Amino acid sequence: MPALPPIRPEDERCAAKVRPHGAFDPRGEPEGGLLFEYLLRLGDDSLILGQRLGEWCGHAPSVEVDLSLANMALDLIGQATHFLNRAGEVEGKGRDGDRLAFHRDVLDYRNCWLVEQPNGDFAQTMARQLLFSTFQKLLFARLVSSAEPTIAGVAEKAVKEVTYHQELAAEWVIRLGDGTEESRRRMQDGLAWNWRFVPELFEMDHLASFMADRGIGADLAAIRSDYDARIAAVLAEAKLEPPADQRPILGGRRGHHSEHLGHLLTAMQYLPRTYPDAVW
Amino acid sequence: MRAARLQANDGVWQVLEGVPDPEIPVVSVVDLGIVRSADADRVVLTPTYTGCPATQVIEADVRAALDAAGYRNVRIETILSPAWTTKWITPAGREKLRAYGISPPGQGAVSCPQCGSASTEEISRFGSTPCKALWRCRDCAEPFDLFKCH
Repeated sequence: MPALPPIRPEDERCAAKVRPHGAFDPRGEPEGGLLFEYLLRLGDDSLILGQRLGEWCGHAPSVEVDLSLANMALDLIGQATHFLNRAGEVEGKGRDGDRLAFHRDVLDYRNCWLVEQPNGDFAQTMARQLLFSTFQKLLFARLVSSAEPTIAGVAEKAVKEVTYHQELAAEWVIRLGDGTEESRRRMQDGLAWNWRFVPELFEMDHLASFMADRGIGADLAAIRSDYDARIAAVLAEAKLEPPADQRPILGGRRGHHSEHLGHLLTAMQYLPRTYPDAVW
Repeated sequence: MRAARLQANDGVWQVLEGVPDPEIPVVSVVDLGIVRSADADRVVLTPTYTGCPATQVIEADVRAALDAAGYRNVRIETILSPAWTTKWITPAGREKLRAYGISPPGQGAVSCPQCGSASTEEISRFGSTPCKALWRCRDCAEPFDLFKCH
């Protein structure tokens, strides 16, 4: 893939508008607050994609695919549970993973834009899954040696699960891309929809750099070329054209989101917000 | 190694041998290899999968079994690392899985737990639970679960 345009400060102007609740500037924050923010990024990516995949339950093209998507959602929500419970501990205000998942507003979410994108048709969902799972697999392979024990523990466990996700998505992208005229068109469209959200995955802002420097996070720039090569290989086998590069859309990591996240949260948070003391 | 552990903390391990996995009740939590250590003070468990919904049920079941056996002051801890692997399933656990109709995880060809044939194929990478894949036997035509190698 050709190089994408560099990330420029003016791309951040939208994020700046949502201060103070949304935009997060790590400079001057105490270190515990930084780790909390970093855990939210990891946990929210998994939580939101898990919720999205859960929307397919009962609607997938076949029962086997239905099972696959629900299982992947379960893996992701499991990751989120561990990351967000740890975030709550680090924060020390008595919030646990459930509290963070169900009682935060949209501007307080730290997930990337890719995972909150609508499912679209099955091809669009598989395009999103390939782009994200390939990233998550490479990220977790690095985070296995994180200096933060919970992050290392979840990564060690989840890297094997995410490998399944990546393989499943790659198989479907190839099958649909190298399929009929109709399936190819849909796969190409699904890829085009999601493509502009890839650069954000690799964004190294102040917080990401801070965490990488301390051996807690990963240097995302270091996995970029591997990522590009893996995606290019799948697209070549699928006989799909890589979409043209677009200007990166940034801000999810600091609380600026697409309109889709708010709608997702209304469904996900409805019950615990309506009945705040409800328990199993 | 297991024999030595059983000698030292015989009673606690025997209680745990009697706690079934909630998803696959023919195997115990000990058969599955998710009990990492156990004595009268502390039992350490590790989850099979990140999102395994049985994790909390297992902890509650272990607690209930220990309480019933008189081990009232045991601390139950969950650790993530080292990550659980299917290699920790005991030989006895593998046989129980096979007898139950689930092909145990292993090396080499997947054999049908019904008729033993090695002529089998994957139907779906993901099955009825996160730990299983759905397979089919080409000889007896029966579908079966494969415990995924993990």
